[in-house]
Amino acid sequence: MNLVYINSANGLSKAALETVTYAKKLGADVAVVTNGNAAAELLATLGAYGASTVLQDAGVDGQDPSQLVKLVAAAAAKVGASTIIFSHDLIGKAVAPRLSVRLKAGLVAGAVALPEADGSTKVNVFSGKAFGFVKVNSAVRIISLLPNSIQPEQTGGNCSTEAFDSQAGSSAITIKATKKPEGAIPLPEAELVVSAGRGLKGPENWGMVEDLAAALGAATACSRPVADIGWRPHHEHVGQTGVAIRPNLYIAAGISGAIQHLAGVNGSKVIVVINTDAEAPFFKAADYGIVGDAFEVLPRFTAAVQRFRAAQH
Amino acid sequence: MNILVCISKAPDTTSKIAFTNGNTQFDENGVQYIVNPYDEWYALVRALELKEAQGGNVTIITVGTASDDAVIRKALAIGADDAIRIDAPATDAYFVAMQIAEYAKGKGFDLILTGKETIDYNGSQVAGMIAEALELPYISIATKLDVAGSTISCEREIVGGMQEVEVQAPAVISCAKGMAEQRIPNMRGIMAARTKPLNVVAPAALEALTTFSTYSMPAAKSSVKLIDPNNLDELVALLHNEAKVI
Repeated sequence: MNLVYINSANGLSKAALETVTYAKKLGADVAVVTNGNAAAELLATLGAYGASTVLQDAGVDGQDPSQLVKLVAAAAAKVGASTIIFSHDLIGKAVAPRLSVRLKAGLVAGAVALPEADGSTKVNVFSGKAFGFVKVNSAVRIISLLPNSIQPEQTGGNCSTEAFDSQAGSSAITIKATKKPEGAIPLPEAELVVSAGRGLKGPENWGMVEDLAAALGAATACSRPVADIGWRPHHEHVGQTGVAIRPNLYIAAGISGAIQHLAGVNGSKVIVVINTDAEAPFFKAADYGIVGDAFEVLPRFTAAVQRFRAAQH
Repeated sequence: MNILVCISKAPDTTSKIAFTNGNTQFDENGVQYIVNPYDEWYALVRALELKEAQGGNVTIITVGTASDDAVIRKALAIGADDAIRIDAPATDAYFVAMQIAEYAKGKGFDLILTGKETIDYNGSQVAGMIAEALELPYISIATKLDVAGSTISCEREIVGGMQEVEVQAPAVISCAKGMAEQRIPNMRGIMAARTKPLNVVAPAALEALTTFSTYSMPAAKSSVKLIDPNNLDELVALLHNEAKVI
């Protein structure tokens, strides 16, 4: 049996659907364990992605990894899990390592593909500059799946939901405040990302970045210097010391493409670079390049996307 | 307050990444090792700031061989009081975390800090594993850290935002950008680091749970297709028809 942990407290994220799809593709039956009090009808939709059963512990709010590890371990024992899947998101990064110690089960952290024929699983190493193939030496294995590595896939099917009291105890973490911008697409999950750097010259010019992002339905991001000088919030900073992302499309305007920036975005499927300097190193990593002024190109790009979208409807 | 800061060596960010021995080993030829930036800039510097404000001791710990001593001395030069090296190659995250947990058990550390990940294997595993082994609370990817008495306050990243949280010491915290600023060691620090205690400890009998069987490099990018800045409709058409991303 494959067991998938998802956090359903804020609905079903794309990352959650990816993990269920991944578990289904591994071959065995799929059980899901989740915290929070999502409606049973919502959880039942996981059947279409391959889950046969969902264990729901509404008593765990999902804020404390030391509770979540007990929840997942109890579910693993109940269903007899041989593989346990997490998303390699902020919760998975906190809980999967704890579970590895608790079950003495090897962890493949940040898988980007299904296991190979020899049982090893591909992960990014050296900040996306290379791949490694990890073999697990224990009977039970844990895999955390990097978001956007596979697409959710509906194969049809039904699943049952049952209440599950995991005896996870109380939370050791007190929440004082939560800041979550409304409606924003979380950067690591975004399929399309529009990013800009110092070439934009000031925070007041970000309107044209946001316009293009809105036309595409993309998330916005920025380079390190822009976050450091406070033009944009730190959580938008992609790169070696910021967030690492792997969207389908990454558009970079006014970013030269230093190696530290590339480390955060080189998993992108398609990269578009807009820069006035034809010698900018980013062009070497780009699929499409525009040598031009972002102040002129971005509004034209937005208009072109709007024409395309209008023609589609 | 006694703080244990876990550090790892990592190849300098500009290192050429290559593999040897039939792509089964990282090619260390010409590679300059540094203290993993997350461990140094954020975990270690914040630990030193807390010590300077409130007193106490900052110990650094790493799992590695004698060749890692240069990296340890650099961390001592930045200001740590003493260092522990568990004398074994760092085979996997589980092995490293369990060695550190074995050492830290019963030593009364109020805080155990790590960087949010290393820039070579990027697993973000060691801190969570130490926390589980020692049955401590764990705050992952914290961007702020303050301590008042036994209350630890942090700001941490959550999916799509930030959260202010509190736990009671002792706890394990993985540290990210925002927590502190890089410190360049001065000559006095470098001189002092030579004589600070670096205790080499025999490893506990433990097995790794994972191995890297092989490595590969990403396929080379084909050269960039340049688009006329006056013809963005062409770019949008290519993104739709050729790249199939919109």
